[in-house]
Amino acid sequence: MSELLIKNAYVIDPLQGIHGDIMDISIRDGRIVDKVSGSCEVIDAAGNLTLPGGIDSHTHVCGTKVNFGRYMSPEDMRAGRTPRRGAMYPTSGYTVPTTYGNSYRYSKMGYTTLLEGAMAPMEARHTHEEFAATPMQDMLANTLFDGNWSLFEAVGDKDIRQAAAVIGWTLAAVKGFGIKLTNPGGTEAWGFGEDLASIDEEVPNWDITPREIIDTTIRACELLHLPHSVHLHCNNLGMPGNYRTTLETLDIPGDMNPDRQTLYLTHVQFHSYGGNTWGDIKSEAEKISDSINNKPQVVIDMGQVMFGRTMTMTADGPMEFRLYTLHHNKWSNHDVELETGSGIIPVYYSRKSSVNSIMWAIGLELALLVKNPWQCMLTTDNPNGAPFVKYPEIIGLLMSNKYRSKELSQVHKLTTDRTSLGSIDRELSFEEIAVMTRAGQAKALGIINQGKGHFREDALADIAIYPVKPDQTDPSLQYEEVIGAFQQTLYTLKDGVVVSRDGEVITGVANRTFWSKANLPEDMDVLKSPRFVEKFSRFYSVDLENYLVQDEYVQRGVAMNTGVNS
Amino acid sequence: MFHIEDKVRHIVCPYCGCLCDDILVELTDGRISGVENACTLGAHKFLDDADNRLKGPIMRKGDQWVDISYEEAIAYAVQTLSEADRPLLYGWSGCVTETQAIGAHLAELIGGVVDSTTSVCHGPSILAIQEVGHPGCTLGQVKNRADTIIYWGSNPIEAHPRHLSRYTNYADAYFLHNAFRERKVIVFDVRKTATSEIASEFVQLEQGGDYHVLSALRAIVRGREDVVPDMVAGVPKSQLIRVAEMCKKAKFGALFFGVGVTMTGGKYKNIRNAIEFVDELNRHTKWTISPMRGHSNVYGSNEVFTWITGYPYAVDYARGIAFYNPGETTAVDILARKEADAALIMASDPGAHFPRTCCEHLAKIPTILFDPYPSATTHLCTVQIPCAVNGIDAAGTAYRMDGIPIRTRKFLETGYPTDTSLMHEIYEQIRERKEHV
Ligand code: SF4
Repeated sequence: MSELLIKNAYVIDPLQGIHGDIMDISIRDGRIVDKVSGSCEVIDAAGNLTLPGGIDSHTHVCGTKVNFGRYMSPEDMRAGRTPRRGAMYPTSGYTVPTTYGNSYRYSKMGYTTLLEGAMAPMEARHTHEEFAATPMQDMLANTLFDGNWSLFEAVGDKDIRQAAAVIGWTLAAVKGFGIKLTNPGGTEAWGFGEDLASIDEEVPNWDITPREIIDTTIRACELLHLPHSVHLHCNNLGMPGNYRTTLETLDIPGDMNPDRQTLYLTHVQFHSYGGNTWGDIKSEAEKISDSINNKPQVVIDMGQVMFGRTMTMTADGPMEFRLYTLHHNKWSNHDVELETGSGIIPVYYSRKSSVNSIMWAIGLELALLVKNPWQCMLTTDNPNGAPFVKYPEIIGLLMSNKYRSKELSQVHKLTTDRTSLGSIDRELSFEEIAVMTRAGQAKALGIINQGKGHFREDALADIAIYPVKPDQTDPSLQYEEVIGAFQQTLYTLKDGVVVSRDGEVITGVANRTFWSKANLPEDMDVLKSPRFVEKFSRFYSVDLENYLVQDEYVQRGVAMNTGVNS
Repeated sequence: MFHIEDKVRHIVCPYCGCLCDDILVELTDGRISGVENACTLGAHKFLDDADNRLKGPIMRKGDQWVDISYEEAIAYAVQTLSEADRPLLYGWSGCVTETQAIGAHLAELIGGVVDSTTSVCHGPSILAIQEVGHPGCTLGQVKNRADTIIYWGSNPIEAHPRHLSRYTNYADAYFLHNAFRERKVIVFDVRKTATSEIASEFVQLEQGGDYHVLSALRAIVRGREDVVPDMVAGVPKSQLIRVAEMCKKAKFGALFFGVGVTMTGGKYKNIRNAIEFVDELNRHTKWTISPMRGHSNVYGSNEVFTWITGYPYAVDYARGIAFYNPGETTAVDILARKEADAALIMASDPGAHFPRTCCEHLAKIPTILFDPYPSATTHLCTVQIPCAVNGIDAAGTAYRMDGIPIRTRKFLETGYPTDTSLMHEIYEQIRERKEHV
């Protein structure tokens, strides 16, 4: 039995309605408990901000395309090298660090849970191998269904039950967590070099539309009672005028789930563009946030862009090709048979570029205009908008109007006309930041009951203590202190163990992988469907028996049981 | 007499980068007695296995080999590697990623160099990819969609015998009604090959002419055939125009290239040109390009080294951080400079492929070879440690040439230890030694 007491913590725990009380946190065997014995080890938090461990609900850190980003970029590897220090392995990379690089840097920032945003089912083993080498965080993998042929057939048949059967089987087969749709239908069209321009355009060869894919998948997700909702990267990412597609998409789902959102829209910054060309692009963040403010069934994440070098990587193959024709930078593409696509290109976001500056402003507008912080998660779509190490600066921008105005005066001057950022004076509170970086994620992902995102009794003792005393700090003026505090915790605890202290990782605890195990009735057994099985015998290039991800890959897996109501 | 016969299915062939996973193996009395679905190369890998294995570890004493125990072999490896100033850990293409990962960590622990056989096959392809990227796809994408296939400097019928039947020309296709009839195969090579015999178009170019021909094709696709001379590296302009048209008319094209382009004059620049040719074609229709990776899990070594060290091969930890500079930190170069003072060779055969000076240096320094079978490298090494064979009596992860990770299957119990467990043991013992210094 191991016990630990954190004393004098300035606790914000939005899920429990604790709004900044000085209190003690007791930990036994990795979990939060009511009381510990008097003789246990004590950490004095000295009134510093103490939050549940950070959760990133949309990041790209492990798997085929992330690793290809590293593989093709020795220049990026050179840009962030650290030698071995104590328990820390050497690391390489700045925008796409090695797995240990990602893991240590997140840990320093107090993050204990990461959701990899895009795993192709067929390449799941790769993601799980890298999860095992990302030791400081518990991991979840959103699984790509945007071009899944078996799902398409169910959509074509308007058979929600069959769609649920395919999704349930696949998640269990590849040890995936939730459903990710990336440019639904568009990645399949890209198989022949095409893309789709609207959610009502037919997917070539398939007689279905993105709208139908999205709608059926949402219904199937709810039928399966998956912990997380459908996680959607809308069609038309990055295109001037794409806010119309986003608004239409926002109108698709009703409110179907009392515990969480029905639809999670990711990196909405990239989907809130007005104008018709790169020349007249402008922000439509107000229209997008108005829509979200009227739809409790929707949660978004920002996809904030920050200036500097980064790497874009997404399952959205056609989008990356468009980006390539703009930038003429090196371009990689990787279509995955019967399932999805992907692409990678490095970019440099410049404050001298009107387009980049407008993108920067839109992300901030969204976070400030969406009224309810539980509906807007703080992300950069790491590393697409910026590497995650920029999160503290984003927090600074959201908490301080002064800092924002200062930065706004440094970016391209068209930004003031084409966005509303300059006219927003909202400043977010520590509590709102806590919602947008952990509590909101725990709720949106449906992992509150797994002990994530709060300090209720029996919760996992994942804790971040930041060197800032909220009752003695005015973030509006002291934004630099706030940024510094979020860059490096005093202590990061995972499962009740101090894993990182003052920016140094000191030890690791075995991480978990959460995955969804749908227990389905016999009539939903896809392996009884000849059409489903034929995909493997005739069209996949691996046997069904070798497609299934073996237990060896989730040695510390936590199966989240779900199923349909009988 | 009574025989115990058994059939095991969905076995993964551990021979080449095609990583066929539909192999059926017949067992009689615990020995492999038959193999179905595999090509000749793969079938021999299975059928000849039992007769060729080394019984246990051996050590060179003077001009004799003496049997040693696994404990002695490990102790030798631990001592040699801990005391080395510039250890080289090379090979890795025939073992599973679980072992490769330990190799990368071991290199870091002892400040050594870790390099895979990539540096003597598709190293140049990776350099090109690092300059211009890689528009690729999985092999099933080609199988289901491609109507036009190019093999360039590659002869799959001999080197990857089932590539055509599983993934390209002879494979079932979702989007083609009569796939075999509708598909066109174009072969670029300096000589006639078994593959060029079945091609609908054979472009025979002069040795070293790849770069020129690719440049001419790029110009034609860009609408600048006026700058192309009548003959390019032995190929008539009219043929190049015809081929360029075929490529533009394709609905989905796939270009596969082999060591015939990576290892001839121009090296990585050839590949860069080929990639940019494919980039150009993507402005007209859909094309992808892929290297024909040779050894079963050579691509796995690139993947695992990348997520651990940041680089796909040739990683030098001498200064505590990962340093990558092919041409300097590649195995051949380190040996040619006679820098390495100890070597661990895992699941590969540099004795058969390295320049003579490199082999001579390997023979001079303590060299520990992990290989189930005697090989050309046996003659160079100090100690050879046989271990279970990936895909026969050991299982683990391997990455197909297109990046698809597959778990190989273990279907025999032989008692040989796995290379993963041996490497783990060596790593742990060296780590403990370091902690006590
Ligand atoms: S093509 Fe390669 S992987 Fe397939 S059976 Fe032959 S040797 Fe084995």
